[in-house]
Amino acid sequence: MTKKSICYSLGAVAAALAAVQIARAEPTPLEVRALLHKDFHAKGQATMSRVDQDDVQWLCTVTHNKPSAKRVKEMEIDQLAAIVYPADGKYMGDWKKGAKIAASGAGMTWKDKPGSPGGGGCYNCHQLAPSQPSFGTIGPSLAHFAEKRGNTLEAQKYVYGKIYNSKAFNLCSEMPRFGTSGSLSEEQIKDLTAYVLDPASPVNQ
Amino acid sequence: MLRVPSRALLAGLALTAAASLVHADDTNKEIQKYQRMTAESSPVELWELEGADLWKKKRGPNNVSLERCDFGMGPGVLKGAYAHMPRYFEDTGRVQDLESRLVTCMTTLQGFTEKEATKRVFGNADKPSDMEYLAAYIAGQSRGVRMQVSTKNPKAKAAYDMGKALFFYRAGAWDFSCASCHGTEGKRIRMQELPVLSSPKGARGTYTTWPGYRVSVSQLKTLQWRINDCFRQQRFPEPKYGSDATVALTMYMAVNANGATYRGPGTKR
Repeated sequence: MTKKSICYSLGAVAAALAAVQIARAEPTPLEVRALLHKDFHAKGQATMSRVDQDDVQWLCTVTHNKPSAKRVKEMEIDQLAAIVYPADGKYMGDWKKGAKIAASGAGMTWKDKPGSPGGGGCYNCHQLAPSQPSFGTIGPSLAHFAEKRGNTLEAQKYVYGKIYNSKAFNLCSEMPRFGTSGSLSEEQIKDLTAYVLDPASPVNQ
Repeated sequence: MLRVPSRALLAGLALTAAASLVHADDTNKEIQKYQRMTAESSPVELWELEGADLWKKKRGPNNVSLERCDFGMGPGVLKGAYAHMPRYFEDTGRVQDLESRLVTCMTTLQGFTEKEATKRVFGNADKPSDMEYLAAYIAGQSRGVRMQVSTKNPKAKAAYDMGKALFFYRAGAWDFSCASCHGTEGKRIRMQELPVLSSPKGARGTYTTWPGYRVSVSQLKTLQWRINDCFRQQRFPEPKYGSDATVALTMYMAVNANGATYRGPGTKR
């Protein structure tokens, strides 16, 4: 073998190694998790267990929010089954209290006092009352929601459930699972449901 | 000491703008106008001047300045250094961003312990941190330089890949990843437009203006602070200052911003 051809074959080996490296370039969620455990620390109520993914977070991460229809169906059934609906069968609370919860973006961060009632941060992502000009656009507009969907018991149960666990209806939704995660209480979710559906609420004015 | 006299005036302008709003589009135009006005009267230079003094000041147990600190272009070479960071450093065996590299120099040159060097990295309006002054000064030395962050080194490439994976990793109490807010074009939180940091367009526009002076709080904020506060709002635990995870994310955003001209330190809402 000439010197040149040795160089060539070494080059080929290097190229092959590089190709292998490129093929597995993207770190797995477990590798990300390991790094987060190394580099993050618990603070306030934000414990380290929060960087561990549950099956929904994992599946939505690895599929870039597009799992197969079959998996979506299976897992949405599980998520739906975990929703705890009010024992009294009433889904609507006080829309005036709901307005405050919708406007507040507090809760669940390392700065928030553990146990203090948080908000839903609804306006961060949704338009709600048309009279409020400051709203986000990550989620759809919910202005005049009652006019669009009606205020039937069925609609009330849907809105309550959607706030409680959005993933039961849209598995990789960017909306938090406010009930499942313990971010909002049953009463708070009832108040928000009323804010969205009560005909007297500014959302429907 | 660096209180801005025009702060009340600017806040007044913002209120006037907010009061005259009818539609969201108008609001955005008003916000952009407000941003242009604030940029024109930005006090960022004061931070840079203070940082230049700190850079030359003899400090720490070794009583030496930072002037021999190497940001990858040779000891003490600052021109264009920030536009090439994060990068791999042989002496630490790590990929480092500006702020983690400053910690390295404060420990190796000046003799501080890491704990001392990172004791107060985020300041407040009354008392900014040394890190904020220094970051403003050093980043300012890359103003007008094209972003050219390299992933040729395997560790730099690995940091980029990890940063990308981290960007899309969903977890926390609210199931958020970075991409939940910064992954789709044309979205807002309240009135704040959200740059898509996974795309060159969004990353170029935003990355090149950090660190930045935030008018609403009269403070200069560093990129490490920005990442820290994003994770807080993601309902995650807290990232360690200058850690590999934060550098990896910075690497991902910096590479996405490659080709753009660095024009910071900028001015924010």
